[in-house]
This record gives sequence, C-alpha cells and structure tokens, in this order.
Amino acid sequence: MVDLVWLIPTFPLLGFLILICLGKSVREPIAGWLATTAMAGSFLSVLLVFIGMLLEKNENRQTVFTLFDWIPAGDFKVDIGFLADPLSITMCLFITGVGTLIHLYSIGYMHGDSDFNRFFTYLNLFAFSMLVLVLGDNLLLTFLGWEGVGACSYLLISFWFRDRANATAGKKAFITNRVGDWGFMVAMFLIFFNFGSLQYLEIFNILESNQIAKTTTTFIVLMLFVGAMGKSAQFPLYLWLPDAMAGPTPVSALIHAATMVTSGVYLLIRVNPIMVEASTWSTGLIAWVGVGTALFAASIAVAQTDIKKVLAYSTVSQLGYMVLAVGCGAYTAAIFHMITHAFFKALLFLGAGSVIHGMDGEQDLRRYGGLRSLMPITAGTFIIGWLAIAGVPPFSGFWSKDEILAFAWNKSPLLWIVGIVTALLTAFYMTRQVVLTFFGKPRYLDAGDAGDAGDAGDAGDAGDAGDEIKPHESPWTMTLPLVALAVLSVVGGLIQLPFSSSTKWLEHWLEPATFHNETHLHLSSSTLWVLALLALVSVVAGIGIGLTTYLKEKIDKQIFEKPILHNAWNFDSTVSRFMGGPGSKAFAAVARFDKQVIDGAVDGTGQIVKKTASILRRTQNGLVRTYALGIGIGAIGLLIWFLTRTTI
Amino acid sequence: MSITTTWYLLLAAILFSIGTTGLLVRRNPLIMFMCIELMLNAVNITFVSIGSHLNDLGGQLAVFFVLVVAAAEVVIGLALVVAIMRRRSRTNADDLKILGG
Repeated sequence: MVDLVWLIPTFPLLGFLILICLGKSVREPIAGWLATTAMAGSFLSVLLVFIGMLLEKNENRQTVFTLFDWIPAGDFKVDIGFLADPLSITMCLFITGVGTLIHLYSIGYMHGDSDFNRFFTYLNLFAFSMLVLVLGDNLLLTFLGWEGVGACSYLLISFWFRDRANATAGKKAFITNRVGDWGFMVAMFLIFFNFGSLQYLEIFNILESNQIAKTTTTFIVLMLFVGAMGKSAQFPLYLWLPDAMAGPTPVSALIHAATMVTSGVYLLIRVNPIMVEASTWSTGLIAWVGVGTALFAASIAVAQTDIKKVLAYSTVSQLGYMVLAVGCGAYTAAIFHMITHAFFKALLFLGAGSVIHGMDGEQDLRRYGGLRSLMPITAGTFIIGWLAIAGVPPFSGFWSKDEILAFAWNKSPLLWIVGIVTALLTAFYMTRQVVLTFFGKPRYLDAGDAGDAGDAGDAGDAGDAGDEIKPHESPWTMTLPLVALAVLSVVGGLIQLPFSSSTKWLEHWLEPATFHNETHLHLSSSTLWVLALLALVSVVAGIGIGLTTYLKEKIDKQIFEKPILHNAWNFDSTVSRFMGGPGSKAFAAVARFDKQVIDGAVDGTGQIVKKTASILRRTQNGLVRTYALGIGIGAIGLLIWFLTRTTI
Repeated sequence: MSITTTWYLLLAAILFSIGTTGLLVRRNPLIMFMCIELMLNAVNITFVSIGSHLNDLGGQLAVFFVLVVAAAEVVIGLALVVAIMRRRSRTNADDLKILGG
C-alpha cells in the first residue's frame, strides 16, 4: 500500500484544479465541502500508506517512488519523485489530518464571505504544495513546495487585500521569506557542487562513502538554517509571522501554526546526516538561536493585547523549542513537539477564531471576559489547549517539551535554564489569555467608556457595536474540529512516553529517517525525574502568577505588561526604521548601480552596434555601378594577392 | 607568324576590360547587359583557348555552363528591364537606388 503515496498530493491538486476551473460558479458551502473532501481523501490515502508502512519491516520503510524525469540536463538530473519514509509520512499524517479539520472549520468560519471559493482554492493549493515539500525526494522538489507554500501564505495573509494593512502584511511575509529562500538556494548550489546530486538518499550515500570537508558541511548546514530561519520564523527573520495574523484565522491555524512554519524544522531534520557531519559550533548556534527565539518571543507574548498576536508570538516561541531540539540533535523530540504543537496550537487558533467569530470580529483581549458560559465548547476546548501548551501533565505538550528540555540539559545546562524560563513565561501568558477571554467580568458591554476616551472616533464606533455584540457559540462545523483537536491534544503525548525504550514509539518509528544520528541522552533516570519536576514547578509557578495577576488581581498587571514588550522590544520598528532610512538608500544605490552599470553595459553594446551600422550602411547606396566597382576592385585585389603569393 | 594562345588570351583580356569599363561607365540597363555579355564571352574565350592549349575538353565544357547561365541571366534581366520600363518611360540604372541603405 506504500506505493499509493502519489495519491496523497493528488487529491488536493485535483481539488484546487476543480475549484479554479469552476470559479465563481460554485456556491458557498459546495466549494468548502469539495475542498474538505479533497483533504479527507488525501488523509485517507496517508492512512493507507501509513498502515502499509507499519506492516513493513523497519529497514524496508524507506522507498523512493519516481514518477518521471523533471529536469534532465547533462549531469544535472532531477526527478519528480516521492520519498516515502516514516518521517515524511508522519508529517503527512498531521498535515492532512489537521488540514482536514481546519478545512471543515473554515466552512463555518468563512460563512458569508464574498470570496468563499477563492479561499478554499488557495487552501487546497497550499495543502498540495505542503505535501510536495514534505514528500519530495530531492532538494529541488522540496524547494518547489517551499516556494508554493510561501506563495499560498502570501495569498492567504492578504486574502482580504482591500484592507491595505493586510496586503502589506502579505508582502512583508513574502519578502522576509525571500531572505530565507536565498539561504536555501545557496545550500542547494553547494550541495550539487560538492555531491553532484540533489536527491536526499544519494547525498547521504555519498556522504557516507566520501570524505567531505567539515567546513563545507558546516557552511551547507548554516545556509540551510538561514532557510529554516525564514520559514520557521526564527530570530531575526521571525518578523513576518506576527503580521501574518492579518489573514483569516483558519489560515493562521493551518499555515502559520501547524504546518508551513514547521517546514524549516522539517528540512533540518531531513538532512540530519549532513547536520551530524557539521562542526559542533554550528549546531550549537542553531540551538542557541532556537532557545533565544523561544525566550524572546515568549517575553513579547506576555504583553500583547490582540488574541491572535499572543498566539502568533507563542508559535514563534514554540518553533524556537523545535529548533533548539534540532540543534541538540534531538530529531525525534523536535518532530514530537511539532506534532503536539500542531494539535494544540491549531486548537488554540481555531478556538480564538471561534471567539472572534462569536464576538463579531473583535480581537482585543481587553474587550473579552466571562465568555465561558456563553461559549461552553470553545471555552472547554481552549482550556485543554492552554493546559497542553503550558505543559501540564498528562497533556501532550508536557511530554514533548519535557523531552526537548532533557536534551537541552544534556547539551548545556545554560540552554536548559533559558528553556525553563521560557516554559514559565509560556504558562504565564497562556493563563493570562485564558483568564482574560473566558473568566472574569464581561468587558465587551462597557466598551466606549473612559478607557477609550483618548480615541473619540474609535470609542464611538465601539460604543455602537457594544450594544449589539451578543457572543454566541459557533456552528457544529467549527466546534467539531475543536473537539477533535482537543482530544488529540490530550492524548498526543502517548506516541512517545519517556518511561522505557518500548514506550518511545515515535523514536523507534523514525529510525529509518534519522539513520541513528540522534544524540543519546547520557542522563540517569533520577536526573530526568528531577528535570521533569523542575519543569513542572516552573509551569505551576507560571500558571499561579498568571491566575493571581489576572483572576484574583492581586498583582498589578502593569508589572508584566511593559510597553517595550508590547512593542516587541522595538525590534520590528527598528528594522522598519533602518530599512526605511539608510537601508532603502543603500538599496536605491544598488538599484542605481544595476541601472547604470549592468543595464548600461547591455544598452551600450546595442548602441555600439547601432552606431557602427549607421556608418556602414552608407556604403549600400543602391547604385549598381558602385557595387560593380566593388566587385571589380575585389577581383583585382584577389588577383594581386594571388600573383604576389605564387612564385612563377 | 602563328597565332599562339597568348594572342587569344590578350584578346580575351581586352574584351573583358572593355566590358568592365562599359559596365562601370554606362547607365543604360541594356548597354550594361551587353557589357556583361562581353565579359562573359571574354571568359569563354580564355576557357576555350586554355582548354585547347592543354588539350583538355574541360575548357569547352565550362563554356557550355557559362552560356546556359548567361542565357538564364539575360532572360531574368531583360524581364526586369521590361517591367521597369513599363513603370517609368526613360530610365537609367542610377535612378533605381531605392534599396539604398
């Protein structure tokens, strides 16, 4: 059944083609159901492949299915081929699984939107690109998917493009990602230059048999990491992700939390044989960038007031954990956290979407409060998501985060300390969000009071809206995915329990793709227990502080909600200012150079030819006699030449 | 005094020069054609005389080719001259320079 792997991306592609051909002629719910069916079909085929792979022996689980030659050009040969192995199928499982749920959810969420069918067209195209990215058996095909998801991300962030801010956010995401793409491309060139192939398995074979210089592999890894930084929103290229929340909430859940942003981490894990050949300082750098991003983003999330911005920074932070795991050589832990994160972060985003939907588009946490009784299902599932991301046992987030932290301790206790502080902050800001949204007094009714007096126009609008806001629970198409994801967030940890090697199912399952390159933990079980306990203490502390601050209101919340945190350490604005001032001047200079020197050389060649021609054309005066004279002179010239050359 | 090959070649050279000069100085298309014929026939004479000098039939063979080509050329050339004459009554070769660069 493994050879059905080609079916997996075919379904979303078909869905996309049908939707784009039908265009506006499909009416509202049908387009959504069509897209959802395509995703469900894809999910079913992944399940079939998964079962087929389970039936195989462990060492037979890595197969390449080549469909056709794509680019045959001399030594450079690239196929359209799919690499089916436990890693790619695991990715496909949660991409299509969570994807199907989010498609279903979108039917309810996008209800009444004038571009309903366009939305689902993009969603299916996204799913197709993502699956190509994951299943591609060579770097170039992965890159094709990589660019495809980037384009879909752009299209969906600026989905409501009539609002200028949304269009700008889309552009920002696209351009920031180009920086990462540059790294990816340089890495690809280097790999082809040094290995003569772009196919993963061939590269790994060559790596095993030939000696490749350590500096080369290090540089390749660093360039791939630049690519991963862009897609997986690591410092300093994370800037686009918070703005990406301008898109519809299901997009945030699917693309900017569960799937696309994890592709950078996936790429690094995919090339793990190159990773282990690289110098230790480069993997150390990856770990530090990861954990640094985790802490940095978590600190920003503490002071955000937009419900989606909190989750966006939280996503950046959790991605930092995954990158930390990759840097520590804990590939299973990274994938494990990726899966559980896909469950609970998709759940949280969809929950936030449900709240926004119920509140008629209000996204400000300060305008929520007390929604628990009005939206029981949303509140219940959101609370599960909160416990999962905060890392409360036995929810899934606890297990995955704990494993990453253990590996961090194994590499360097300093990494672990930063990680544990991040865990505390995570618990705190999620508690803050849950309390502000679902507990306390309702604040959406008293909008337009003194608190908003500074902005009279806004207050007036809000005051009008305040009378009309009647929070309500969402339709079943939206709550069903919430419940399903909540269940997954609870039980997701079961696939990798740290108690004995037999409960570490995921690690065993991923072995064919990690080639035994995993770092081994050199920690006694008592150390592990202490680490887990300390992690738990930090989580409890975070939740405790959060509850006392926001529910009991015994601590002044101004202590935590510093303006500098709200402004994301002014990093974004500094970059904007730099790029707007000296940066744009520098680029204008580059553009001038291009226009004058590069274009000048091209235009100059043309001008020279034109000038010379205009002189030479005078000789073609149209008079037959002149031509005849030319022939005569030529003949005489030839005659003289011959006569002087031949000796008589 | 026997007439040696040199004489024939001299005659051919004189004819060729007359033809060339005529082609360069005259402007009447018909005269120019005749000059070209003169040149061609000068070449024919050299072919034949050298051929007989070397006792080789190839020279005479080449003459036939030249004659055929000359005939074809005259047919096309005269057709062109007739066509041009229909459009403009009095004309010389220098008036037809609209294809100049």
